Amino acid sequence: MNLTLKIWRQASANARGEMVTYKVSDISPDMSFLEMLDVLNEQLNARGEEPIAFDSDCREGICGMCGLMISGKAHGPEVTTTCQLHMRSFSDGDEITVEPWRADAFPVIKDLVVDRGAFDRIIAAGGFISANTGAAPEAHSVPVPKPKADRAFMAAACIGCGACVAACPNASGMLFMGAKITHLGELPQGQPERDARVVSMVEQHDAEGFGGCTNIGECSAACPKEIPMDVINQLNRDLRHALTRHGD
Amino acid sequence: MKLLMAVSGALFVFYVLAHMYGNLKIFAGVEAFDEYAHHLRTMFTPILPFGGFLWLFRIVLVVALVAHAYSAFYLWSRARGARTTRYVAKEAARATVKSTAMRWGGVAILLFLVWHLLQFTIVKFNVGDDVVGTSPGKLVISSFQVWWVVLIYILALVALGMHLWHGVWSATQTLGWAGSARARKRAKLAALVIAFVTSVGFALPPLAILFGIVKGN
Repeated sequence: MNLTLKIWRQASANARGEMVTYKVSDISPDMSFLEMLDVLNEQLNARGEEPIAFDSDCREGICGMCGLMISGKAHGPEVTTTCQLHMRSFSDGDEITVEPWRADAFPVIKDLVVDRGAFDRIIAAGGFISANTGAAPEAHSVPVPKPKADRAFMAAACIGCGACVAACPNASGMLFMGAKITHLGELPQGQPERDARVVSMVEQHDAEGFGGCTNIGECSAACPKEIPMDVINQLNRDLRHALTRHGD
Repeated sequence: MKLLMAVSGALFVFYVLAHMYGNLKIFAGVEAFDEYAHHLRTMFTPILPFGGFLWLFRIVLVVALVAHAYSAFYLWSRARGARTTRYVAKEAARATVKSTAMRWGGVAILLFLVWHLLQFTIVKFNVGDDVVGTSPGKLVISSFQVWWVVLIYILALVALGMHLWHGVWSATQTLGWAGSARARKRAKLAALVIAFVTSVGFALPPLAILFGIVKGN
């Protein structure tokens, strides 16, 4: 396959960036999108140019490190992460635009690499859960109904990649936060700090400069783990309960 | 802030439904409509002075309007600040006109509201031809015999319908009432029904007057 790539180049956090056009040829349809970028970087290296910086770690679709805006879609056209996107999803001769996640809460560090530290700070704001860390308790001593276990597991599939923020017209982090709230909120272990957790996380989310949710649904459509919008409903519900019924 | 938006929006949903029901009175004739307009002012009169209930009602509406618009502009500016560098290419996967036009649609409805109040409440100017006097029913009839007045109203109703369609569903989500798949389906259906009933219900009287089905005498 021969492709034309338009890629965002930005030397450092404070430098001005621009779109630069590259041509790659003889790309195998079985390559992943990141392997295609590796090939391009090898060519750039050989020519003595600065290679394109992009994030990646596991390349198995489970760590959430890679994340690129590919022709206007977070993680590209398939429901998966960028590393699990293969070139067979494109056609020979395509022109592909590659940009970093765009959100002021995710500042660009270099080229396609952004700092998703805001997500870590939201998690940290959520705080601890009260759990006995001594001897492992008997597994049957804390019953968890199957539907709750399933829903918690569904929400726990969030890998924090940031595609929801990248796709959201408001650059809101509500789907990510909703997944975390639902994940702990469905389980008995998450109950003691349930109210405090949702209030602190939302405060941190707003302080990081993410936008508000207007329930458009772009986040869920972009999510490589297919996390549904109802985790946002759960987040709002928990927040309302924390602020009104149990509020201080 | 979003709770404020949802609650103030919900107040308007009840208001537009009541307002629409009142408007349909024009089909019962000018006299019935005038009686309805008068009744709004004499409601609860032994307890409240003439027009008292109406003024209380108006104050609540103004407070809700200020709350709704204030929270809208606050959230709008926060969303703008959340992405100051825009994408070169961005494709919508699920966004629709009704969900992305909430803000500009809201501004359009606000502008229409100013026009609507000037026309029928504050100035009561008559764009039609015959002199009306004090009958609200006759003012309505002569106004909607003018085609461009009807056009303005129809456009505003399209905007209102789309605003309600997304807004009602969005409010249930913000209030945390759409937790399960079934609840979500119900909320979306309710939003569609409310939006449809409201826009069509409001559109019937002007159209009937324009096409001469309701003549006024």
